[in-house]
Amino acid sequence: MARSMEKYLRPEVKTTPFCPGCGHGVLMGSLLRAIDQLGLDMKNTLFVSGIGCAAWIPSPNFAADTLHTLHGRAVAFATGAKAANPDLKVIVISGDGDLASIGGNHLIHAARRNLELTVICANNMIYGMTGGQMAPTTPQGHLTATSVQGNPYRPFDLVKLVKGAGAPYVARGAVTRPYELIGYLKKAIASPDFAFVDVLSPCPTQYGRRNKLDSAGAMYERLRGLCQESAEGTCAPGDAGDSLRLGEFND
Amino acid sequence: MPLRTVTNPVKAGSRYLSGNDAAAEGAIAAGCRYYGGYPITPSSEIMEYMSRELAPRGGAFMQMEDEIASISSVVGASWTGSKAMTATSGPGLSLMQECLGYAAFTETPVVLVDVQRAGPCTGQATKVGAGDLMAVKWGSHGDYQVVALSPWSVQEMFSLTVEAFNLSERLRVPAFLLAEEATGHLRERVDLPESLEIYDRDYQPHEPPFGCDEPDGIPSMPRFGDGENLLVTGSTHDRWGYRKTEGPAFHDALVRRLSQKVLSRKAEICRHEGYYLDDAELVVVAYGFTARAALRAVRQARRGGLAVGLLRLITIWPFDDELIRRVAQGAKGFLVPEMNLGQVDGLVRSAAGDTPVKSLTQVNGSTISPASILAALGEMR
Repeated sequence: MARSMEKYLRPEVKTTPFCPGCGHGVLMGSLLRAIDQLGLDMKNTLFVSGIGCAAWIPSPNFAADTLHTLHGRAVAFATGAKAANPDLKVIVISGDGDLASIGGNHLIHAARRNLELTVICANNMIYGMTGGQMAPTTPQGHLTATSVQGNPYRPFDLVKLVKGAGAPYVARGAVTRPYELIGYLKKAIASPDFAFVDVLSPCPTQYGRRNKLDSAGAMYERLRGLCQESAEGTCAPGDAGDSLRLGEFND
Repeated sequence: MPLRTVTNPVKAGSRYLSGNDAAAEGAIAAGCRYYGGYPITPSSEIMEYMSRELAPRGGAFMQMEDEIASISSVVGASWTGSKAMTATSGPGLSLMQECLGYAAFTETPVVLVDVQRAGPCTGQATKVGAGDLMAVKWGSHGDYQVVALSPWSVQEMFSLTVEAFNLSERLRVPAFLLAEEATGHLRERVDLPESLEIYDRDYQPHEPPFGCDEPDGIPSMPRFGDGENLLVTGSTHDRWGYRKTEGPAFHDALVRRLSQKVLSRKAEICRHEGYYLDDAELVVVAYGFTARAALRAVRQARRGGLAVGLLRLITIWPFDDELIRRVAQGAKGFLVPEMNLGQVDGLVRSAAGDTPVKSLTQVNGSTISPASILAALGEMR
């Protein structure tokens, strides 16, 4: 983490919980830069997370109020906090398993209600902390601890899911493109509506080693390859098709 | 002082109310300003009342997508400083159990009104039961304590809801109003006071929010936005909220403190009423709606020459086993009528020593009649 971002971190926390090559550190840095550029008042900002690797991004690292909740329930906790104190800026950050599987119902209903919440999904397409099991975002055919012959199911396209549930601001970024990501995060945080950012983040430890991407570098190269510059300066669909399209998806 | 006398914000005087409406008015009177819930029979009128009354008072109402979301939102709201509540019935209570453990472990004040119906499972949604007594105390994993109060009248649906808030805020524990369908849907006259005592959360700036030096102590509780950089986590945590899952002695001390902060205060938490106990040979131990039938049966038995008394438990959790032990010294037998298969009977038995205990159980979706209790007393002579 750059020294300029240290003011947002608790000095008592000396180590990162993330594995080597994990994208969540880049996401964490991007989020803090977005917060810094917005000049957000951390005293009035609440970070809510669920369970899993991504839930550790705010808790215990951020020097702010953090609510580290139950698996899948972060959005529901955040809804109560925001409704009871609308002056709080409430940012939920959790993983794809947490937000889209066990917490999928809360995610779509929060999008439908359009309460002012920012939800950031650190999407590594696998269950990292529990040992690499299949997630609702794991691409079809890919290998996990619970799909050793390849995931037989279609993955969720979280952008379409949340958009379909009514969220006015939805974006997908990747940790390989941090400057665009910071822009999406800034817009999401500044939004007066429910805003969702799906962030592709490599997991070399659980995902990479099972899918012949046995180095962090190989995973980042693949993620870069999924996204090409389009004429408009944003990302065009890459080789994984529409389900990994990056960019903003406004009304 | 956190305890203060306030003017009752709901209309004082004699009113004719249902139990569910009285519980909702009790919540408003106690200062509840957040309600998150999901409709379920026979508790829904509480939610409907809160949906009407909270917004005009500056509070917030959320109809959530399920009961898991409901209690989760209540915990989130509570940490913003709002007194917060949900209401439910059996199946909803089952769904809330994981977060009930979260609330207990993070010392979050929340009030849950459980208007019990006949279970298990969907059971009889519109019929009465009292089968949730063990579920409210033992339903979530691990060891923790809650407070549960058992009203027998619409009057107490109001007053014990206020008390549930006061205990929850003071002890930083989940507190239950453990009612039954019969009381929730009962309509009777209630005297609502002009003023009442309510407890406001104790917040001492810069004190650790999750620990204190006493092995049964209750730490002060800040809010989100107070600038305390709160770390709230369901993992084992130190007094500042930092995750600390190493060290068996540390976890042991934390779990014991959370239990002891309730158990060591039994004397001030536990309430009961005694009727005709001075010379009673047989004692009916009853709670909730069943205690109404029990009192009538006891009076009828007295007229028939039986030396019978009623011990009405108002506080169910923590369970006042010392009270049972005391009453057992002068009694020849206990009768425990319940709308379940003997959930409190076991507790009475374990405290009663050599005094025999007879259990009268009924799980048919109807209230227990005075005649049934009278007949059971007759068999005990």
